[in-house]
Amino acid sequence: MAATNGNGEVQTKKYTAKDFASDQDVRWCPGCGDYSILAQVQRILPELDVPKEKHVFISGIGCSSRFPYYMNAYGVHGIHGRAPAIASGVKTANPDLTVWVATGDGDALSIGGNHIIHSLRRNIGLKILMFNNRIYGLTKGQYSPTSELGKKTKSTPFGTIDYPFNPVQLALGAEGTFVARSLDRDPKHLQQVLLRATKHNGTAFVEIYQNCNVFNDGAFFVFTEKETKPDNILYLEQGKPLVFGKENDKGIRLNGFTPEVVSLKDGKWSVSDILVYDETSFDLAVLLATFSDRAGFPTPIGVFYQVERKSYEKMMTEQIESVTKKRGAGDLDKLLKSGNTWVVSAN
Amino acid sequence: MSKTIETLDDVVIRFAGDSGDGMQLTGTQFTNTTALVGNDLSTLPDYPAEIRAPAGTLFGVSSFQLHFSSMDILTPGDYPDVLVAMNPAALKVHLKDLKKGGLILVNTDSFDDKNLNLAGYKTSPLTDGSLSNFQVIEVPVTKLTLNALQGMGLSQKVMVRCKNFFALGLMYWLYSRPTEPTEEWVHEKFGKEPELAEANIKALKAGYYYGETTEAFTSQFEVKPAQLKPGLYRNITGNEATALGVVAAAQKAGIPLYYASYPITPASDILHNLSAYKNFGVKTYQAEDEIAAAGAAVGASYAGNLAVTGTSGPGAALKSETISLGIMLELPLVIVDVQRGGPSTGLPTKTEQSDLMFVTYGRHGEAPAPVIAAATPADCFAMAYEAARIAVKYMTPVYLLTDGYLANGSEPWLVPDAKDLPAIPVSFRTDPENFHPYSRNENNVRPWALPGTPGLEHRIGGLEKANITGNVSYDPDNHDAMVHLRAEKVAGIAKDIPLQDVYGEQSGELLVVSWGGTFGAVRSSVDRLRKKGYKISHAHLRYLNPFPRNLGDVLKNFKKIFVPEINLGQLSKLLKTEYLTPVIQFNKVRGLPLRSTELEQAIINALGGAK
Repeated sequence: MAATNGNGEVQTKKYTAKDFASDQDVRWCPGCGDYSILAQVQRILPELDVPKEKHVFISGIGCSSRFPYYMNAYGVHGIHGRAPAIASGVKTANPDLTVWVATGDGDALSIGGNHIIHSLRRNIGLKILMFNNRIYGLTKGQYSPTSELGKKTKSTPFGTIDYPFNPVQLALGAEGTFVARSLDRDPKHLQQVLLRATKHNGTAFVEIYQNCNVFNDGAFFVFTEKETKPDNILYLEQGKPLVFGKENDKGIRLNGFTPEVVSLKDGKWSVSDILVYDETSFDLAVLLATFSDRAGFPTPIGVFYQVERKSYEKMMTEQIESVTKKRGAGDLDKLLKSGNTWVVSAN
Repeated sequence: MSKTIETLDDVVIRFAGDSGDGMQLTGTQFTNTTALVGNDLSTLPDYPAEIRAPAGTLFGVSSFQLHFSSMDILTPGDYPDVLVAMNPAALKVHLKDLKKGGLILVNTDSFDDKNLNLAGYKTSPLTDGSLSNFQVIEVPVTKLTLNALQGMGLSQKVMVRCKNFFALGLMYWLYSRPTEPTEEWVHEKFGKEPELAEANIKALKAGYYYGETTEAFTSQFEVKPAQLKPGLYRNITGNEATALGVVAAAQKAGIPLYYASYPITPASDILHNLSAYKNFGVKTYQAEDEIAAAGAAVGASYAGNLAVTGTSGPGAALKSETISLGIMLELPLVIVDVQRGGPSTGLPTKTEQSDLMFVTYGRHGEAPAPVIAAATPADCFAMAYEAARIAVKYMTPVYLLTDGYLANGSEPWLVPDAKDLPAIPVSFRTDPENFHPYSRNENNVRPWALPGTPGLEHRIGGLEKANITGNVSYDPDNHDAMVHLRAEKVAGIAKDIPLQDVYGEQSGELLVVSWGGTFGAVRSSVDRLRKKGYKISHAHLRYLNPFPRNLGDVLKNFKKIFVPEINLGQLSKLLKTEYLTPVIQFNKVRGLPLRSTELEQAIINALGGAK
């Protein structure tokens, strides 16, 4: 791989994952799903044509937000919920940088909800990794905005009475141009999704199911363990039929506007009857996003939606260029002396 | 027909009408023309928070006061000589301020039963003798405007809307001002709607000729040009000056300006102005909220831009946590707080000085930040420039305090040459050799190391960091050392700011100490009292944290310290705490600038009564 460094010199050294590990000890609880996410990010970065000084990791507060300290790149560990705001400032000030946001379900969807939706709407080129463990870990076990209704936690001994957000639906509703989901315990899949995210111009939102083995252990085991995964996970692949199950024996069929799970074994339906996924279809994305909340349906992972839309920073740069072309580069002295001026002479 | 022309030194006019009557525009036009004829001037726009309050009501009255003179003046004036009242409500609200014997120009067409009733008049003040102490000029402004515009094929509504131009034309005649500058402005403004341009100009001229021909006026007035310091001038509001100040600073520093803001009265004009300067590479970011604006500014600063975020009180409160992050990260940032009446939503369109304590201390933890304040609308330029200089030199968030009066008020500004502005040196760290994010120079300042620089990859954050390396540290002694270092860095800025000057004798009976937008009112009061023989001096502070290093000595040279403020004594508290000196307070929190006359009386009382 060849990339240019900041001085315009060609960087001939090929990075390895180790080059992206900082000298700081990783302090997450042993067994935490965050380790896998960190490892997959470090693994995919050498694949990119981006020198390591151009990567900037911005985070908020929470377990996931310690992420920047462990990356040998630039990083800011910000304040609770505000990572997208800080990252938006970095990316718009210098669009040349690859700017990542490491955030969690509480950080992104609770205290930082406003910033998340507006970054998505603006389509600023941020790679947002939302670690969803459906719990508040750093504050030791309160429910989060993605915790399921009725969940018993430290702050809800009799169960929550809060309906949860569906992060993928939220991101689609907020005009996200790249919306995906993956799992900490499916490293290959996570790497693929992350790579796709890095290639997207505009905001890339990736929800990552992440196991908190201390406060919410097993929240996603049904999607990650060998026994249950095939019947409960639906891989989204562009142009491929939505087939799942241990023996690829089940599929998704549209009955009018209503999706249904059908068997491919009983001879009634065949693969040709199965819905073929198109990640450029907003309608399909919205429909599939509801699956994780529908009883009897598998939970989709992969890229739900991707569409090309000009990024905010690109339009910002173009506007500056076009105005400068029209008016000429600004002349400070002329600007100060513009408007209705008059001269007072000495006499 | 020619009338006598009387020469006046000094006039205060207040235009008042419904908030939909165009009084701000009328006032601004009169101001611009007055600037062009060379008078010194000072303005005070005053308008309701509602965009269109119900017509004819007392709370819907909008006004614009202008003080112009052949001499050097510092305030928009306490009491108008002339009141232009477009309706009964405007008369009712503003009559109490008019000087005895002052001139009232009323639009008689609006003095019907409905409007009189809305204004709370039981009988018409035009006929019940209640205005006998004033000279009342009754003009059917609406009818005359309609007559002038007959036959142009415009709707009644559009024609009625031109009535403020009639009133403006009449005032131009009365004070011997040319109509051409406004005509040019109208052509530019309504270029795409030539009928509207023509209608407004017709109304303007009709008003002017009405003055010339009617018998209502016995004389016309003129105010000769003021003897200002030679040079090129323009009339400027505080918000315009603030915007230019940060653009100038970014240009001189050689880095892009990044302005992140959320619309809020009375700071929004800074965003409006800066968003037009794209050809200066200025990036403006209208964020989703105040917190995001501060966050984006911190991010832009980290990436190497001159980052500025502007707001007013409620927004400053929301930004507070992010400013603390800026202090912890030690990144340059300018926060402009255009103060308004508080607490809470308070008086959004009115002025106040009540955020001084808040910006000085209103953050969690030991979070020191420099605070400076502009004294006049034009001074906003110099102080915005200064805020940027301090921010990048000391890698720190800096608060610039202005206020609603400075922001919207205007005065002639002696425009500096760009080449004469002081340099703002900026150097980004590029050498990886021995690089540590929190190493410090002789001023305790850490390096500015931008993402994208090879070999300087590092992490910073809100967690306490080890001195020099910047790694996360929970060590108690390190925290103690860092808290002290951050405080010493800000305190050390005192070495780098001007000594406090004193107007008048350097010692004596009484020193008036003021700060921010009260400068004009205080200085003119001090001047008048000094002329009457009172032994008083004046120190106006532009640096509030740290204070100028000689301030303690300055205060010691006076027997009494008198501190007037538009708050309940915030500078007073700071002075008492810092210098253990007793102070005499004068506090009026009316949402308006201090009145010179009240202030003078209070100073005389503090001195033990009139001589």
